Amino acid sequence: MSAYPKEYRDPLKKARGLGSAQHGVGHWWAQRVTAVALVILSLWLVSLVLRVLRGDYATAHDLAARPWNAVLLIAFVVASFWHAVLGLQVIVEDYVHVRWKEVALLMAIKFIAVLGALASVLAVLRIALGA
Amino acid sequence: MTDTQRPLSPHLSVYKMWQAHLVTSILHRATGTALSVGLLLMVWGLLALAGGAEHFARFTAFAGSPIGIILLVGWSWSLLFHLCNGVRHLIEDGGYGYQIVQFRRSSWAVIIVSALLTVAVWACVLTRGVVA
Repeated sequence: MSAYPKEYRDPLKKARGLGSAQHGVGHWWAQRVTAVALVILSLWLVSLVLRVLRGDYATAHDLAARPWNAVLLIAFVVASFWHAVLGLQVIVEDYVHVRWKEVALLMAIKFIAVLGALASVLAVLRIALGA
Repeated sequence: MTDTQRPLSPHLSVYKMWQAHLVTSILHRATGTALSVGLLLMVWGLLALAGGAEHFARFTAFAGSPIGIILLVGWSWSLLFHLCNGVRHLIEDGGYGYQIVQFRRSSWAVIIVSALLTVAVWACVLTRGVVA
């Protein structure tokens, strides 16, 4: 009965679900998914580190080389760097107001995170495969 | 200074400072940043472990040094705080705990529980005689 349409947004815009910033909820959701994973992985990591501390180099190496531990170590490192990039991105976007500095910082963070994750995965594989 | 004319974060002037839930919010970002740096130390630890006993000895020597211990205490608390507060945020994402009283209580709970957990972790470390 109203002369005005109830919905002003284009149906295609709604279907795409990307909102006014064009990013959608991808960033937000990825941060939550990695957060849930890290709740479990962090608790596991604390228990692993406490066990590692009891022994010497050989004990630490053997513990990290066990298949489940190696898999979970890689999962922890990948999820952590991913979560860190998402979180640091928000902080940089909030507090760095000079555009070129913002972009440079965001890129540097991503480069360091990817290198860190790759190096960690290689290290865990070397430990687990005994290379 | 800026590209835009709109008000930009941090909007510090509009908040009453030093309420528990404001402190936890700031600490969540601070500990997250600290943990990101700490993650790089973990990369070093894994590379050292893969590199052999000598490399690992250098890593454990740093970790066991006074500076290393201070950093590890800081990082362990940061991890446990970010973990507790992160769970709190996940619960809030579900739409729960938004009453101001609940907000303040859950913030205090996070501060206290994370401190107790940190003490528990270091009690485990010290009673096993690792750090001496």
